[in-house]
Amino acid sequence: MRKTIARLRPLLFGLLLLPVLGRAELIIEITGGAEAAIPIAVVPFAWEGDGELPEDMARVIDANLARSGQFEPLARSEFIETPNRREDVRFPNWRALGVDNLVLGNVERDGSGYRVRYELLDVFTGQRQEGKSFRVAGDALRTLSHVISDEIYEALLGRPGAFNSRIAYVTMEDRNGERRWRLLVADADGHEPQTILTSPEPLMSPAWSPDGEKLAYVSFEGRRSEVFVQNVGSGERDKVASFEGINSAPAWSPDGRRLSITRSRGGQTDVYVLDMNSRETRQVTDSMSIDTEAVWMPDGRSLLFTSDRAGGPQIYRVNADGSGTRRLSYEGNYNASPSISPDGRQVAMVHRRSNGRFAIAVQDLDGENFRVLTPGGQDESPSFAPNGAMVLYATRANGRSVLGTVSLFGDARQTMSTSGERIREPAWSP
Amino acid sequence: MNRKSLYRWLLIALMTLVLAACATTDEERVDDDEGLTDEELAAMERDRATEARGLEGRRSLEGSELEELLNDPNSPLSRRTVYFDFDSSEIRERDVSILEAHAAFLADHPDQRITVEGHTDERGSPEYNLALGERRALAVKRALVLYGASDGQIRVTSYGEENSAALGSDEESWSRNRRGELVYR
Repeated sequence: MRKTIARLRPLLFGLLLLPVLGRAELIIEITGGAEAAIPIAVVPFAWEGDGELPEDMARVIDANLARSGQFEPLARSEFIETPNRREDVRFPNWRALGVDNLVLGNVERDGSGYRVRYELLDVFTGQRQEGKSFRVAGDALRTLSHVISDEIYEALLGRPGAFNSRIAYVTMEDRNGERRWRLLVADADGHEPQTILTSPEPLMSPAWSPDGEKLAYVSFEGRRSEVFVQNVGSGERDKVASFEGINSAPAWSPDGRRLSITRSRGGQTDVYVLDMNSRETRQVTDSMSIDTEAVWMPDGRSLLFTSDRAGGPQIYRVNADGSGTRRLSYEGNYNASPSISPDGRQVAMVHRRSNGRFAIAVQDLDGENFRVLTPGGQDESPSFAPNGAMVLYATRANGRSVLGTVSLFGDARQTMSTSGERIREPAWSP
Repeated sequence: MNRKSLYRWLLIALMTLVLAACATTDEERVDDDEGLTDEELAAMERDRATEARGLEGRRSLEGSELEELLNDPNSPLSRRTVYFDFDSSEIRERDVSILEAHAAFLADHPDQRITVEGHTDERGSPEYNLALGERRALAVKRALVLYGASDGQIRVTSYGEENSAALGSDEESWSRNRRGELVYR
């Protein structure tokens, strides 16, 4: 319990330090169903205090689990009873509803903060699988809901959840031709968005540092592409690549000491590695083609990148010293924007289908098991969740630019959008 | 001006050129001299740069004059955008006349500078599109140089898919976004 609160504190503190508060909440819509998912019921937490329950924690947990595609939460309207402790549960009722697991809890005031207790129960044995109580600050109930979601996910699936993480993305607002770009950071479920940078020129390609404290990105504020690094907590920023030609596609090495970037020289676009201490660059790829958007393998010894050396864009792998280039993608004539799963076994990419639609696809690093994850249209910029169970990407829905998430298990998909703004270039935090 | 005084002027001009050439040679020798401090060398560099700009200034158009040329629909310079096919950076036949007109203007005004901005449609990888946008801008630059502009007059930059001309999501918008723009500043 102590450990969890210690984990929460720096995160909350960091969020408070962010300079500008965003106003537009993301609107979440579920667009795909779940198959072979675990049936679960998250009972509304009892509120032992005056007035309204300050945060409907059960609803946050319920939505998280549903979004993962690996759980099928029972709708509240189906509930026969709403118990808050194991002793009060009539397990046959829940068995009859086809539920395997039950989440209960209660919230009470504790000084200026709250005390929260929850339990995860096995409906068949009636046993408690997980359960804890927490003391948190007044504004931490939503974050705590994500922590509890992660615990439930891990208790039932044996691998960590990714609900208590964040996403970065870019929005563009066009008011009668006057455009404004923003770089935002929000919770993984799209809530609590906060603007960390506003510019009258385009922003693109945010990339999280491995410690989650910094974002590298491309800004056109100098009327050309340059790479910046910004501390998410303090807002301090630093221009790190401003060479002649293109400066773009930043990606952090796993040790956080190097940044792979794309530079163009004399019309030749290549991948370079920038040492963050010495600020020296070293060229990794060297071909007349477009070589760009490199990402690091978890061991830091090789990178994947996009190159059109064989005609259309395809994904290649190269050792960090520039040796041993080999092609990885072979399906169709357009595969780009590699994102590597945290375990280094899979790569997600943008894939142009034979019908011309751009979709998100995934394949194993050894070239096996290629599969298309989304129906496609204008999907781009895939980014793996830190637990490798979902992919976040940019897409269009109903004529608007939105963010989508797709589960690698089942086919649960969601979209997140804001009204009146284009939302693009998402990146999921570590 | 009679013929005699013209010759006199020519002679003076010639002498000035010779003197200037000598001065340059002297300066180059001085540059090698370790006795000069970095500040002095930098100051010298600045003086030369300033003078060079002064001379160049005479051969570029005044702001409003240029504005008129760019905005007059009858002027060939009023068309400043060329378009591309999907994933292509080849100049289309129908856009050649636009580039020829700008190249001719640039050749006539050697001190005029322009920026060629390369853009793509919004589909596919934004980073790949950024590189593709540069490839388009460079194709435009190569054509302009081929038709008579000089290399140093043209700066290229790419916005990839980040700054669309049309915000729609259909083939018409996409084809309007796959473009190279000639920007006079």
